[in-house]
Amino acid sequence: MSHASTTAESEDSSTIDTALSTESRDDRSSRPDETVIRSSGLDVYYGEDQALDGIDMEIPARKVTALIGPSGCGKSTFLRSINRMNDLIDVARVDGDLYFRRKNVYDADVDPVALRRKIGMVFQKPNPFPKSIRDNVAYGLRVQGKTDDVDGRIEEALRGAALWDEVEDRLGESGLELSGGQQQRLCIARAIATDPEVILMDEPASALDPVATAKIEDLIEDLAREYTVVIVTHNMQQAARISDKTAVFLTGGNLVEFGDTNEVFSNPENDRVEDYITGKFG
Amino acid sequence: MSHDTAESLHTDDSLRWEKLKNRLFLGLCISASLFGVVALVLLLADVVYESVAGIVEFDISIVHFLTQGARRDPEDAGFMAAIAASVWLMILTTLMAFFIGVSSAVYLEEYAPDTRITRLIEANLANLAGVPSVVYGLLVLAAIVNGIGTGSILLAGAIALALLIVPIIIVATQESLRAVPDGLRHGSFATGATRWQTIRGVVLPAAMPGIFTGTILALARAIGETAPIIMVGILFTARTPPGPFDTFSAMPSQIYIWAAQPQPHFHHLAALGIVVLLAFMLSMNAAAVFLRNRYETDL
Repeated sequence: MSHASTTAESEDSSTIDTALSTESRDDRSSRPDETVIRSSGLDVYYGEDQALDGIDMEIPARKVTALIGPSGCGKSTFLRSINRMNDLIDVARVDGDLYFRRKNVYDADVDPVALRRKIGMVFQKPNPFPKSIRDNVAYGLRVQGKTDDVDGRIEEALRGAALWDEVEDRLGESGLELSGGQQQRLCIARAIATDPEVILMDEPASALDPVATAKIEDLIEDLAREYTVVIVTHNMQQAARISDKTAVFLTGGNLVEFGDTNEVFSNPENDRVEDYITGKFG
Repeated sequence: MSHDTAESLHTDDSLRWEKLKNRLFLGLCISASLFGVVALVLLLADVVYESVAGIVEFDISIVHFLTQGARRDPEDAGFMAAIAASVWLMILTTLMAFFIGVSSAVYLEEYAPDTRITRLIEANLANLAGVPSVVYGLLVLAAIVNGIGTGSILLAGAIALALLIVPIIIVATQESLRAVPDGLRHGSFATGATRWQTIRGVVLPAAMPGIFTGTILALARAIGETAPIIMVGILFTARTPPGPFDTFSAMPSQIYIWAAQPQPHFHHLAALGIVVLLAFMLSMNAAAVFLRNRYETDL
């Protein structure tokens, strides 16, 4: 049951080395890598079924980290264990540690509501509320009590989500009137309006057409200037295009490879990963 | 031995018999579905005929009928007191049943864990919905009218009707809540909302049209309920009830008492009363349908 963390990073004992190895290709930030999320021996069970098996991962700040792998490999489960959305599933159980800024989010004194205010999330199927565009973006601000300069924050979030130009004249219209791609950008605006540190994205473009997908991909690269982005994707080309780090999960909830995207794609250490990314299975 | 193709494409006897069976079955189904409509049309025709006959033969004034209270003299009797009592009953019943029903449904759908106790509560709600209305009338008569000693007041009647429709409102609300996609709840939780914020800000607004529709349909049933109103209310009063602690005779019981009188004049008053009661019920149903169509959104 050993988890095959055979990547260069994991074998490095020193995080400074890790930082140096990525800095050379880091064109987004001059800062050294700073780990925002770190999991250590993370197991997740749904009832009797083990969905994640001993995941060790360090997710750097203001980078795009892609989680890829075949269906049912646990990548979405890992994403949802970061902001404790798995708490909403009665039968889900978590062992091991997951640190956000050096605080174990599964400690008894951590309130998942407070945690989710620091970690935004965008879902696979666009899920705008049946409210106006304005109220969709303002929703997080209202529930979090950030009621000063709401209009300014709404505009900023919609600009951040590359949606402002398309909706500035119709903020009062229902969010459900928008196209699928616009709805998804509205959901991104909703997630960034409250200025979280991390944005989790669960296959955000899988329900969209290629043009809308391209817009979302551009947007994700922009978001990584300010936010730490963790994205689950089925699409390996997408992971290669937009991510700085790639984690490959294979069936059984194992993390088999984690490293710089370039290295994972050009020179995977694990044979099964090579088979997967060259399309031999999955 | 080759068959004549053109011949074999014609309808032969065995096919003819099958087609006849098809038509017979179709006719059976159509007659069955027309049964309800025909019954309703006959009922309406009878009531309207009786009302018109009353207006023509007994010279009943509609204005007088709608503005005066009940009297012993049929020439002078009106429906106003009963209409007012029914409107009072609806208001008080709504106040009680809506909040109890919606709160229970929110608890059961949004909070309650899926345990044996929750399932027991849900099964019993289904049972409650099937309890005959006269039983609720007896309960309120024994416990409140005589037990507490309130007498036959509007509030007691409203309690009986609320007991009657709470299970209906709960079931309608549960269905509306279940129709709200989980994606909306997750979107709200992921934004850092608490459960209460999620329910108040997203789930209830999305479910509200369905909840209102179910509530109005339940009230439309309550306004026509006769048994509990006869048990709890008084049968005859000329007075328009000024408040919830006054005695009352609502539309169904007024109709009942008129229909039981020997003089034919009263029977025509009863028919007119039924027209008014049906007008209330049908407009409530229409409001429910309008709400459902108006706010139907694809979530």
